[in-house]
Amino acid sequence: MKPIATTRSATGIPTGKLAVWWLIASEIVIFGGLLGSYIMHRLGHPEFGGYASHTNTVAGAINTFVLLTSSLTAVLAHHAAEQKDGEKAFKYLWFTIAGAATFVIVKSFEWHHEIEQGYTVTANMFWSFYYCAAGLHGLHVIAGAIMMAIVSFRARAGKELQQVELVGLYWHFVDLVWIFLFPLLYIAK
Amino acid sequence: MSEAAADHGHHTPAFYVKIWVILLMLLGVSLAGPEIGIQWVTLLTAFGIAVVKAYLVAKNFMHLNLERRYVVYLLLTAVAFMFLFYAGTSPDIMNHVGRNWTNVAAQAEVERATEALNHEVPHGADHGAEPASAEGAEHH
Repeated sequence: MKPIATTRSATGIPTGKLAVWWLIASEIVIFGGLLGSYIMHRLGHPEFGGYASHTNTVAGAINTFVLLTSSLTAVLAHHAAEQKDGEKAFKYLWFTIAGAATFVIVKSFEWHHEIEQGYTVTANMFWSFYYCAAGLHGLHVIAGAIMMAIVSFRARAGKELQQVELVGLYWHFVDLVWIFLFPLLYIAK
Repeated sequence: MSEAAADHGHHTPAFYVKIWVILLMLLGVSLAGPEIGIQWVTLLTAFGIAVVKAYLVAKNFMHLNLERRYVVYLLLTAVAFMFLFYAGTSPDIMNHVGRNWTNVAAQAEVERATEALNHEVPHGADHGAEPASAEGAEHH
């Protein structure tokens, strides 16, 4: 017997999908609070601009490209799942996971270089925000990749294809957060 | 092939690729903005473009425009809480002097950091710098 979340639709939306929208709403509050705090401190502390000049814009731009591309492959996986093509959905999900891995690798090199330069999480408030915001986002990237891996094998077996859309929604949200983090941390200097 | 051809109201792969290309072009604009060297242009190309990119992703990749309206209201409520939080707390953070209080630590940190940045050491980071915080607020 299937779990009720996959069969019931009391609100006009499949319950599992509604749960993902609730999750995204709660994530908006989490990231919104963090980014809002950063913005108010940025405006109250002009020296943040000087600190931000040390962030690596090229690495940030590469990661933006990677996440935008992985969003494309996530939506193509969703499209394939709608066509009941689990094999193709599997393939696109793994392209997306490869994007997540690339993002984390670029971020690792970036952080390694920054920490080596002495810009650690305790250096000052800007770097505390930087590592907290980018770190929290990075954890979401890793969590998304793990969820996509689990869903991909089910999709390849032709099971629970609706989950491809659900994990895709989450992934697009992770992309959205980065779309705002990128100008805040890498461009506004 | 019609780009608007839909499966359950969704689009074709070619349409998604087109949106992706537009997103990459917008990324290019946001990177080029600071090169002009005018602050308001940088802000517009950075944050204005971010809003446009977010809209494109939400509409075309998340299909929010095809979703039930109450989902949009749910998300907008979360965004409204974010603005409420910002409106409630930002005056005490962005200003370092109020009618009956002064955030001495924040003022000192701005002065110290500005001075340090003007005489920046090769490795840049200022180890041991005390972050400005509300703990340093003095009431009088």
